[in-house]
Amino acid sequence: MAEELDLTGQDSDGGSEEVVLTPAELIERLEQAWMNEKFAPELLESKCEIVECVMEQLDHMEENLRRAKKGDLKVSIHRMEMERIRYVLSSYLRCRLMKIEKFFPHILEKEKTRREGESSSLSPEEFAFAKEYMANTDTYLKNVALKHMPPNLQKMDLLRSVPKPDLDSYVFLRVKERQENILVEPETDEQRDYVIDLEEGSQHLIRYKTIAPLVASGAVQLI
Amino acid sequence: MFCEKAMELVRELHRTPEGQLPAFNEDGLRQVLEEMKTLYEQNQSDVNEAKSGGRGALISTIKLRHCCLLRNRRCAAAYLYDRLLRIRALRWECGSVLPNALRFHMSAEEMEWFNHYKKSLATYMRSLGGDEGLDITQDMKPPKSLYIEHFLPRWKCEQLIRQGVLEHVLS
Repeated sequence: MAEELDLTGQDSDGGSEEVVLTPAELIERLEQAWMNEKFAPELLESKCEIVECVMEQLDHMEENLRRAKKGDLKVSIHRMEMERIRYVLSSYLRCRLMKIEKFFPHILEKEKTRREGESSSLSPEEFAFAKEYMANTDTYLKNVALKHMPPNLQKMDLLRSVPKPDLDSYVFLRVKERQENILVEPETDEQRDYVIDLEEGSQHLIRYKTIAPLVASGAVQLI
Repeated sequence: MFCEKAMELVRELHRTPEGQLPAFNEDGLRQVLEEMKTLYEQNQSDVNEAKSGGRGALISTIKLRHCCLLRNRRCAAAYLYDRLLRIRALRWECGSVLPNALRFHMSAEEMEWFNHYKKSLATYMRSLGGDEGLDITQDMKPPKSLYIEHFLPRWKCEQLIRQGVLEHVLS
C-alpha cells in the first residue's frame, strides 16, 4: 500500500507547492501537529490539509479492509492502526475545539483583524463553529440576565471578561532545526534580556511566548 | 450587605464538584437583578440631586453603588457562564441525550443553549469529510489493546512468531 498523498502547501512566496507524502509521513505530521496543539497554551495554525488527507487515508484503509479476506491477520492489524489514527485525529480536533470554546472572543477578534495573506488559526468550519458559539452564548446571557439589568450595564465586553490564553506558561520542547540568537525576556525586573542558541536535538523547558514562532515554523516540536 | 445574594450564587457553584449541575437558582438570580434595579434607581436620584444641589458628599455613595452594580453583574455572569460550561461538558460525557435528573436542573434557556450547541457541534463534525464526517465525541481514550489476541492454528502462526511479528501468549 505504497500510495503517496498530495499535500498542497504554501511556500514562503505565497505560491502553491505540492508536497508528496507517504502515508507514514502523513501520520507523523499528524502526530506532530497533535502534540504541538496539546501542549501549546494558545490555538495554533489550522492544519486543514493534514486533516483532509488523514480522513482520505482512513477511507482508503476502510476500503481495503472491506475487500480483504475475512479472518486474515492483516485485517486486525490494519484495524488497530486505523483505530490509533482515528484516536489521534479525534484528540487533535477535540483539543482545538476546546481551545476555541475557551478563548472564543479573543480568537474571533484575532480572525477579524487578520491581515490578507496571514494564515488563519481557524479552518472555515471551525470559524463557523466559533461564531455560532459566540452568538449562542451572547444571546443566552442577554436574554437571561443582561436585558434585565440597568440600561448602562447591558453591554458586556466578552473580550474583557473571558480570560486570554497564558502565553507565559512553560512548555517542553525538542529542537528540530538549529536556532541562533533567540532573545529570552526576563521574568523579573532584576534580570536582563539574554540570548541563547538552540542546538538541534536538544530539549528545553522554556516560556511559550519566547518560542511561539518556532512552533509555527516547525523548527521546534513541543513534547 | 450588598452583593450578598450574588456571592451566594457563586459560592453555590464553587462548592459543587465538577460534572455536577445543581438546580437552576431562578430565585437567586431574580434577587440579584432586583438589587441591581434598586441600586441603580437610588443612584439615579442621587446623581440628580448632586447635579442640582451640588451635594458633593453623595459622590462616594454613588461610586460605591456603581461598584456593587458591577460586582453583581460579574457574579451573575460568572454563575450563568459556569453553568453553561458544565452543561457543555455533559454533551461530551453523556452524549446528545441528557439524563432526566440533569434536565430537570436546567432552565428552559439553558436547554435552548444546549440544543444550539449540539447542533453546531454536529454540523462541525459532519463537515470533517468522508460520508458522515467524523464523530470526535467517540474515541475519547487511546486504543487499549497494544496486542491483539488471536486463536490461530499453530501452523499458521509459527512463521510469524519466528519473524517476531507475533508472540505466543499462554493463558
